[in-house]
Amino acid sequence: MTVKTEAPAAAPAAVPRPPTAPNPKRRSWTGLWFVLPFAAFYALFLVYPTFLGLFYSFTDKSLTGRPASWVGLDNWAEALGDERAWDALWNTAVFTLYSTPPLVVLAIVLALLVNRARRIGWFLRMAFFAPFVVPVSVVTMIWIWIYQPTGGLLNHYLQLLGLQDPAAPTIWLQGETTAMWSVVITTVWWTLGFNFLLYLAALQTIDPNVYEAASIDGAGWWRQTAHLTLPLLKRTTGLVVVLQLIASLRIFDQMYLMTAGGPNRATEVAIHYIYIAGFEGYRIGYASALSYVLFVLILVVSIVQFRLFSRKEA
Amino acid sequence: MAAVLDKPRTVAPGRRAAKRRFKRPTVGAVVVYVAAAALAVLWLLPLLWALSTSLKPETEASLGQDIHWIPQDWSLEGYRTLFERGDHLTWMINSTIVSTIVTVLTLVLCVLAAYGFSRFDFPAKNVIFGAIIAGLMVPGQALIIPLFDLVNDLRLSGTYWGLALPQVVAPVMVFILKRFFDAIPRDYEEAAKLDGAGHLRVLVSVIVPLSGPIMAAVGIFTFIGSWNNFLWPLLVATDPSMMTLPVGLGVVSGGYGLFYAQNMAAAVLGALPLLVVFLIFQKQIVNGVAGVGLK
Repeated sequence: MTVKTEAPAAAPAAVPRPPTAPNPKRRSWTGLWFVLPFAAFYALFLVYPTFLGLFYSFTDKSLTGRPASWVGLDNWAEALGDERAWDALWNTAVFTLYSTPPLVVLAIVLALLVNRARRIGWFLRMAFFAPFVVPVSVVTMIWIWIYQPTGGLLNHYLQLLGLQDPAAPTIWLQGETTAMWSVVITTVWWTLGFNFLLYLAALQTIDPNVYEAASIDGAGWWRQTAHLTLPLLKRTTGLVVVLQLIASLRIFDQMYLMTAGGPNRATEVAIHYIYIAGFEGYRIGYASALSYVLFVLILVVSIVQFRLFSRKEA
Repeated sequence: MAAVLDKPRTVAPGRRAAKRRFKRPTVGAVVVYVAAAALAVLWLLPLLWALSTSLKPETEASLGQDIHWIPQDWSLEGYRTLFERGDHLTWMINSTIVSTIVTVLTLVLCVLAAYGFSRFDFPAKNVIFGAIIAGLMVPGQALIIPLFDLVNDLRLSGTYWGLALPQVVAPVMVFILKRFFDAIPRDYEEAAKLDGAGHLRVLVSVIVPLSGPIMAAVGIFTFIGSWNNFLWPLLVATDPSMMTLPVGLGVVSGGYGLFYAQNMAAAVLGALPLLVVFLIFQKQIVNGVAGVGLK
């Protein structure tokens, strides 16, 4: 009860603060001219396609160019009952579920390590972040080769360590259960650097006096990390997790290049199926309906992100 | 009471400073350094493996051979055959052209818009700004179908403009630049205006020079993002002569088959431009990523 009454009382206090108060500006058209070029681009390449896609989802528009006609909710009904679409969404979810924990936890561990090993910090930063700027096709070319069942680097060392029978090498990218993990490992290697830098930056803003006080109290590194550092990284973790979720839901490039959705569609993800429906099946209308399902999913996660961001601003 | 409190306060800083000066590496520190360095080397292995393979002759690079990290027989065969094919250079040029168009247009449009939002009040300002912020939440990948149709209708399919223009819309950059401009004191501009400079002149001669680091960060990130974009060029550039580097390498070179030295030479050359950009602009890039988390 008391909480509920507090919220509206607080709200009006924020409203009368006009954003332009410190520097009263005359209202004129001048500013619009500066904004107009971007706004025009924005309207043409973002706003318009957003609504165009929604419109197409109610038609049977085809890539072949034959005239489209209105089909109402047919595409949407078909999408909801399309098993392949659900499988693709499921695979996207599985990829997200597998890849997010290592991408968050490893990033923290590396950042903690690098933060303590500052003398070689530049080298560590470079090593962990360098893969992030490498184009996806280069990443997949290298990893496809590393994953080769016979003669590939990974199996070679697994056999050397006695972890694998040379007579029965693991089939990484062509195995229904291993393919997903293989792409996850590659993705972690490729994109971890970004999260790592986010954490490192957060660590370096922590006031050293906090630790000084803790070590005077006799807390060792482990206790300091568990009770001080990790709680202080909570906000960063929220941001990283949400950014990671959005990125994972959009997964396409690595999957397309490494497994092409196979074997047996075991790694066919949402965007890949949209691509197949639209550009291989020529069904623009249906692909638009599928896009909108994904769009709404990502939108929900993005709204969470937006709220995290705006809370930070406050 | 006061004396008791005073004593540690006066002694401790000196002792701590002395400790810092004569710090000897503890076991823990050594473990940390070794672990970190080992992980970093492990992280670099895939790239080093590609480099090593690209410098072997095809016979040594092919599967079934023993694994040597140092080539037994150094050779540039892979690079030579790659350049004889010629398409790698074409893709590199295409990528450079497309990424340059995207970066220049993004910087110009976003700087103008950010300045407009930061310094002026105009009709429908809040509506337009709100709409642009809402765009932060729209995933580009979910728009590929209508965008493809739009670019076809504009007859831009398979052209540099068709590749570049849809990548230019970056609401987040407007947001970042506006926040930076907001923090620049207005006194600088007043002085310029007293000298008779117009708004555009003020932007170019006062604001832009003061925004070097942030513009560098926006520019570098836009360039990297565009250079590494895969899905959009995959849809628009179906002709190999119009492909960008990631698409060409992924779609065409994937078919090189078992020529591993050549394959890895392509990988090394494909990774090189941005790795060089990264090494040169390391500071701006690191600060740019950091900025995402600290805002």
